[in-house]
Amino acid sequence: MSRTDSSTERRLRALMGPDAIIERDGGGMPTVAPRTTEACALVLATANSEGWRVRITGGGSWNRVEGHADLALSSSGLSEVEEVRAADLVATVQAGVVRETLRLALADQGAWWPVDPPGIRRTVGSVVATATAGPLRSGLGGIRDHVLGLTVVTAEGRIVNSGGRVAKNVAGFDLTKLATGSFGAFGFITRVHLRLRAIPRADVTLLAHGKRATLIQEAQAILAAGLTPSAIELLSPAVGGGDHWTLAVRLIGSDPSVTAERVSVKGTCSLAWTEQPPKEAADFWQSALRHPLQHPITIRMGTVIAGLDQAIDLLTHHLDDTSVTASVAAGTVRWSGSAEVDRIQLLRHMAAQVEMPITIERAPWNLQSELGHFGAYREGVSRLMGSLRDTFDPNRTLVAALGAET
Amino acid sequence: MSFSPQVIKAITAIVGRSRVRLAASELDTYASDGLPTHRSRPGAVVLPGSREEVVKVVQVLSRHRIPFVARGAGTGLSGGALANRDAVSIVLTRLNRILEIDPASRLAVVEPGVVNVRLSEAAAPYGLHYAPDPSSQTACTLGGNVAENAGGPHCLKYGVTSNHVLELEVVLSNGEVVTLGSRGGEAWGYDLVGVFVGSEGMFGITTRITVRLTPVPQAVETLLAGFGTVRSAGEAVSAIIASGIVPAALEMMDQGCVAAVEASIYAAGYPTDAAAVLLAEVDGRDQESVSAEARELEQILRDHGARSIRVATKADERARLWQGRKKAFGALGRVSPDLVVQDAVVPRSTLPDVLEKIAIIADECGVTVTNVFHAGDGNLHPNINFDASDPEQVERVEAASAAIMKACIDAGGSITGEHGVGSDKVRYMTLMFDSDTLAAMRATRRVFDPLELANPGKVVPTHACREWWAASSTRRAEVVA
Repeated sequence: MSRTDSSTERRLRALMGPDAIIERDGGGMPTVAPRTTEACALVLATANSEGWRVRITGGGSWNRVEGHADLALSSSGLSEVEEVRAADLVATVQAGVVRETLRLALADQGAWWPVDPPGIRRTVGSVVATATAGPLRSGLGGIRDHVLGLTVVTAEGRIVNSGGRVAKNVAGFDLTKLATGSFGAFGFITRVHLRLRAIPRADVTLLAHGKRATLIQEAQAILAAGLTPSAIELLSPAVGGGDHWTLAVRLIGSDPSVTAERVSVKGTCSLAWTEQPPKEAADFWQSALRHPLQHPITIRMGTVIAGLDQAIDLLTHHLDDTSVTASVAAGTVRWSGSAEVDRIQLLRHMAAQVEMPITIERAPWNLQSELGHFGAYREGVSRLMGSLRDTFDPNRTLVAALGAET
Repeated sequence: MSFSPQVIKAITAIVGRSRVRLAASELDTYASDGLPTHRSRPGAVVLPGSREEVVKVVQVLSRHRIPFVARGAGTGLSGGALANRDAVSIVLTRLNRILEIDPASRLAVVEPGVVNVRLSEAAAPYGLHYAPDPSSQTACTLGGNVAENAGGPHCLKYGVTSNHVLELEVVLSNGEVVTLGSRGGEAWGYDLVGVFVGSEGMFGITTRITVRLTPVPQAVETLLAGFGTVRSAGEAVSAIIASGIVPAALEMMDQGCVAAVEASIYAAGYPTDAAAVLLAEVDGRDQESVSAEARELEQILRDHGARSIRVATKADERARLWQGRKKAFGALGRVSPDLVVQDAVVPRSTLPDVLEKIAIIADECGVTVTNVFHAGDGNLHPNINFDASDPEQVERVEAASAAIMKACIDAGGSITGEHGVGSDKVRYMTLMFDSDTLAAMRATRRVFDPLELANPGKVVPTHACREWWAASSTRRAEVVA
C-alpha cells in the first residue's frame, strides 16, 4: 500500500502549487508533472530526503513501470520544443515532447530527427532512456548517435547537464552516452539536445520476399558489395505482411545517390524487388514499428552481421519467430511476443554464451522486476553497473528494474 | 620522485630491463606530447609488450598506490598523456598487432598501439577502411584515438571514434580486466563503451579494441574553392549542409594558413590571394551520382561567392589537395619555433562571427592566429605561432587562448571538439559545466578508478566539484573501497 498520505500531498502542493497532483492511481498514489528541470529537482530531492519511492512515467505508450512507489513523476509537463537551430541541425526539446510534435516543428524548418523507434506516440525522453532504435540504425546509427547532450535530474535531485549543443564535443566524460539506454538508472531526463539532419530529397523503399535464410544471405551480399542502405531490415511474415519473410531496404539521400544505390541493390542480388510508392512505403514502416505493441514483451538482441541466422535460431528455439525484425547492418534483432520468465531467462543465458546481449525493452512489471532490463553476465562489469547505480541513486529512490546486480 | 627499489624490481621483472626507462635523458622523450606549452617528465616509463604485462604492471602500481598514465604515440594536443615525476608512464606502442579483420561483419580487433592509418591499409583489400581520420593518422594510435574520441576531416559524414568502437577490453586501475560492450556494438547494460571512449585514460587502459569498418567509397570528388571573405566561405558551408547533401568532408583554411602551406614542401596549389579556401569532398557508390552531387556543390559554392573552384577526381590530384590540409600544422610549424594548435567547437552558423572575434582577439593580444578547421562541424583549430623561450610571448599566447575559449563558449560551443581537455583545458571546464555536473563526472570516474590512479589531475577540476555523495549514504563506503 502506498505510504502517500494527505501530508505528502500537501508537501507536493507546497512545492509545486495547488495543481501539483495531476492524477491518482487506484491506490491513491499521486502523479506530478513538473514543467521545469528545477521543479523536477525539487520533487526528487524532497522524495529522496523523505524516503519516498518514485516511479518515472513518460507518455506511457512503451514500457510501464509499476513497482511500488509513493509518487509518480511524469514527463507530460515537459512538453516544449525549446529551440530549433536548423542552420546548425540541432534542436533542444523537453523530454516529454512527443515525436510527432517534434517532427512537425522540425519539418517546418527543413530538418528531421533521423530515428524511427518502435511504438506510437513515444516521447523523446522515452526513446532516449530506452535507446529503442528502429530500422534506420543500420545506416544512420542508433539513438546514441543522435543525442548531443541532455539534462538529467538524479534521484537525489541534482541537475546534471552533460554534452552540449554542438555536433562534436569531447569536453569531459560522456555522461550523455551513459544515460542513453539506461532505463532511468541515472535519473529523470528532462531535456535533450538532438542531432538533426536536413530532410532528404529522396526516400525510396524496396521490398523483397522469400525464405529467411535466402533473404539474410542476400542482405549480407548487399553489404558485402559495399552498400550501406539507411535501413536494411528483415521482417517475419507477421510483421512484414504476407506468407513469407520480407527484406526491406530504405535508401535516403540526394536524388543521384539514391538512384545509384537503387541500381546497385537490384544489381547485387537476385531478389525480385518491388519499389513502394511513398504512401505505401510510409505505411509499411509505420506498421512494422507499431507491431510490437500487439504483444506484451519486446526484447532486443545484439549480434554481428554474420551472426544473424544464429541469433534468430536462438530466438525461435527458446521463444518463437512470429514477430521478429532484424536490422541487418547493425546486427540487432527485435522480438515481440509472450513468454514465461524462465524461457526468457534461459534464452538470455544461452545468448550470453555466444556473446549476444539481450535487453528487455518492455514487459509486464512482474517480468521486468524479475529479469531486469539487463542481465548480469560478465564479472567485473556487473560491479561497474551496480556501482554506477549506487552513484546516481544510492537510496534507490527511483523504481526501475535494471538487473540482478543493481 | 624515485620509486622504491622494490617497485622498480617488480616492474623490471615483468617487462625486462630494456623496457624500463629511468634515466633523465630517456624520460625526456616522454615529457611532452604534441602540445609545446606543457612539459612534464614522468617518474619512470614502462613499455609492456602484451596485455598480460600491462595487467601485471598496473597491479604492481596499484598495490603501491602509484599513479600511472597510459600513452600511445604521444601525438596528443592537450597534454593528456603527460605524467609527472610521481607517476609512471605506461607506453602502449608495443601492443601494435591487428588481431582480426572480419569483413563479413565489417569489424576489426586491434591492440591499442596500432597506428590509425595502418588499420585502413590492412582493411583495404576487403574494400573496407577505418573511417575516423585525424590529421595525425600516420602516427597516432587507436588507443589514443579511443582515449580522446578522435575525429578528423571525414567525421562529418562518417562519425567520430565513439561511433566506430564496438567493444573494449579494459584493464582497470586495480589490474582487473573487464570487457565493455559487445562484438556487434550492442550495449550490454549501460553504454559503458560510450562513457569510456573519450575518458582520456582516466577510466583504465584499453588493451583490445573492436572497431567498426566502413566500405571504401567507390567514387570520390574533391573540390577546392577560394573565397574573397571568410564570411562568404562560412555562408557557403551552411548552404551546403542545408542542401541535404552530406559531404564526406568540408574543411576551411584562412589566408594565413594557406600562405604557410604554399611556402612549404606541402604546397598544393591553393590560391594564396583568397581570404579563405574550402576543401569539400563528396563520395559514394558510383562516379555518376558523385559527380552529380559535386556539380550541385559547385553551384552552391559559386552562388556564395567562390572566386575559383578546382575539381580533383583522380586519386593523385585529391591526395595533393588533401596534403595541403593534413600537413597544415606541419607547415605552420616552420614559421616559428613553437605552435599552439587550439581546438574548439561552435555552432556552424556562428562561424563567421566567431572567426571575426578571433581576429580581434589576436590583434588585442598581439599574436598571429591562423585558422584551419572542420567547417562542416564547426570545429575550429586556431593556430598561434610563437617562441616558447620568450615568457612574454607565452603570456600573450595564454591570454589569447583563454579569450578564444571564452568566445567559443559564449557562442554556444565547446572547449574541445577532438583534442580533449587533458591538462591544458582543465581550467576552462568550469566555463562549460556547473559544479554538480563536474561532480557527476568525477563520481563516474571513481566507479572505474576509486583511488584515482589512472591519469590523475586531468579533465575534471576536482576543486570545482561539489561534494557528490550525501553524508547519509551508506553505500558510498562500499563503492570507494
